[in-house]
Amino acid sequence: MSDVAFSPGTAATLAPARSRAAAAAVTEYNEDVVKKFLIAAMFWAVVAFLLGVVLALQLSWPVFNLGFEYTAFGRLRPVHTSAAIFAFGGSALFATSFYVVQRTCQARLFGGEALANFIFWGYQFFIVMAALSYVMGFSQSLEYAEPEWHIDLFLTIVWVCYAVVFIGTLAKRREPHIYVANWFYLAYILTVAVLHLGNAAALPVSFFEAKSFSLYSGVQAALIQWWYGHNAVGFFLTAAFLGMMYYFIPKQANRPIYSYRLSVVHFWSLIFMYIWAGPHHLHYTSLPDWAQTLGVVFSVILWMPSWGGMINGLMTLSGAWDKLRTDPALRFTVTAVGFYGMSTFEGPMMSIKEVNGLAHYTDWVVGHVHSGALGWVAFVSFGAIYYLTPVLWRRSGAYSVKLIAWHYWIATLGIVLYITSMWVAGIMQGLMWRAYDQFGFLQYSFAESVNAMHPYYVIRMLGGVMFLIGALIMVFNLIMTVRSSTTQASPMRVPANAAIAGE
Amino acid sequence: MRISHEKIEKNAVLLVVLTLITVSVGGLVEVVPLFTIETTVEKVEGVRPYSPLELAGRNVYVREGCYTCHSQQVRALKDEVERYGHYSLAAESMYDRPFQWGSKRNGPDLARVGGKYSNDWHYAHMTNPQAMVPESLMPRYAFLATREVDPVKIARHMRTNRTLGAPYTDEQMASVAQDIRDQADPQADPEALVKRWPKAVQASGNGRAVTELDALVAYLQVLGTMVDFTNPAVESLRQ
Repeated sequence: MSDVAFSPGTAATLAPARSRAAAAAVTEYNEDVVKKFLIAAMFWAVVAFLLGVVLALQLSWPVFNLGFEYTAFGRLRPVHTSAAIFAFGGSALFATSFYVVQRTCQARLFGGEALANFIFWGYQFFIVMAALSYVMGFSQSLEYAEPEWHIDLFLTIVWVCYAVVFIGTLAKRREPHIYVANWFYLAYILTVAVLHLGNAAALPVSFFEAKSFSLYSGVQAALIQWWYGHNAVGFFLTAAFLGMMYYFIPKQANRPIYSYRLSVVHFWSLIFMYIWAGPHHLHYTSLPDWAQTLGVVFSVILWMPSWGGMINGLMTLSGAWDKLRTDPALRFTVTAVGFYGMSTFEGPMMSIKEVNGLAHYTDWVVGHVHSGALGWVAFVSFGAIYYLTPVLWRRSGAYSVKLIAWHYWIATLGIVLYITSMWVAGIMQGLMWRAYDQFGFLQYSFAESVNAMHPYYVIRMLGGVMFLIGALIMVFNLIMTVRSSTTQASPMRVPANAAIAGE
Repeated sequence: MRISHEKIEKNAVLLVVLTLITVSVGGLVEVVPLFTIETTVEKVEGVRPYSPLELAGRNVYVREGCYTCHSQQVRALKDEVERYGHYSLAAESMYDRPFQWGSKRNGPDLARVGGKYSNDWHYAHMTNPQAMVPESLMPRYAFLATREVDPVKIARHMRTNRTLGAPYTDEQMASVAQDIRDQADPQADPEALVKRWPKAVQASGNGRAVTELDALVAYLQVLGTMVDFTNPAVESLRQ
């Protein structure tokens, strides 16, 4: 049943009945928590991008460190990464996973209003506490796992509640099948819990001191950290957002998923193989060779399930490609899948030892991360949020489709500036470090390689500014979508084609 | 395939269990042997846990997020060995909690920075990096000179590390405050200090207050110097 199936006349006569049905559906789902997380996601998106621009400025001109301990690069960088991954990405995942699991299970969130609200406020509290603690000088200095032990413990409580609510909702579903998007969300929730508990294990100095020492040291700590770090990418930034892809692309394109069988293979092979890939962060280090080799082998094999997922997402558009011209929100989602394909080719390539020897420690890695973070994670979230906002706030559509298109092009151009400048910078850095002159001496001092980066760091900063401007346009557009009278023509807009994604 | 998978996707508990098993395999296969295979960390002479002042300096390094720009891991590549020194051994970071190998070099590797520059250079560099290296992107850390090191706190930190396996002796634990003063003050007699903490380098403090800057310099000056690579026994470790 689709909106367009009704002629204007029948629509008018059916409207009251549909409104009642829709109203019943509204009270059934907990959309309040979804809305809250969606607003939080946009707020943190702006914060994360703004901090990214500040860091890029600092690397272009160190005077932007401002001379205060609180604003130095070393303290702000974890705030940026946490804001981007856990605050923006995390809030977007909470919003979409809670939305998707309710719709596809036809069940209200398990655990009731209070638990959902605790998860929301608890998670926001975690983010604020973590960010403040880095700035104030409390950090475990484990990449992407910087919070000290007390914040880690608090996060564990929130996360367990999240798992309980999600799995509880799956358990009380009224659909016989668990929809594929939920497999990915589930794998992410479970694995992130395991990773977090495994890597953050530490012995606090005392109950009253925000300082602890890791249970692991040296080489074991290194592998456990990258088992964590790489799978924060693999499960937080990949599997979970694939869940988003598996729901919102079929929804936006109005087509069922291309291949059910491919999604089964995609799911199990992806979650099995990702876990092994961590050691590729430690090539040529004191990590034993056998572990490095395992890391390469699985990283390269991982290319296949990754592209399987990309193909499944893109082929879902078969017969609906024309929608890309008229629906810029779908353009975000689809471009995201394209960037996903690109980064998941680049990643395995960079994991090969010979390539890694050049790329590691350079800005190439930073560029790679951002093609994933901006191109994949942020774009797929933008697509989903553009879709969700009119649905959740019962609006007829976006305030301005034109502004979505502007956002799309400004942000895309920003990403292109970002990743191309980092490719050039990174490869140049790697080559300068290993360059020998005609007498067989190292040709460049380290400082010379730093100096050579300057123009690319400025270009990167401009790319970041463009991405930030795009996000601000989006925030304006979303606020107007909710506020403006022009979008309220059809206040009871119910998502069309409910059968598409297993509803 | 289709029929068997249907069972999984109709049973939330089964899906949870199978997912947990699937994601556990890789981690277990890679991580567990690192704790059990004896050659993972070479047996090499000279590596000791950090002295109290060095540990205080390391706390500063960790707190300020120095790992965001500096690695502490010389890879086994020709140019790195020529630029920084002998490639890093696993044993050299065996008491590092957290490890600080890093992942990005906005600045140079620091695994072997010990002894490369004078104390005076480090003090001037921390106060204003661009004065020493005009191209540098490093923020200023002048404020470290105004922060005092608390020996009671450091003793607590050493106890925690000892619980976790750092072989601090009772003698070392008994002289924390004294050793902090002696290592920060270049006028102090280093004999007892170096006996307890071989290779320890005295910072250039003012002899009155021990600052975080003194601690950081003491830490940087010992990095990568504990193992004597001129000793042929070390070279025989090559696998």
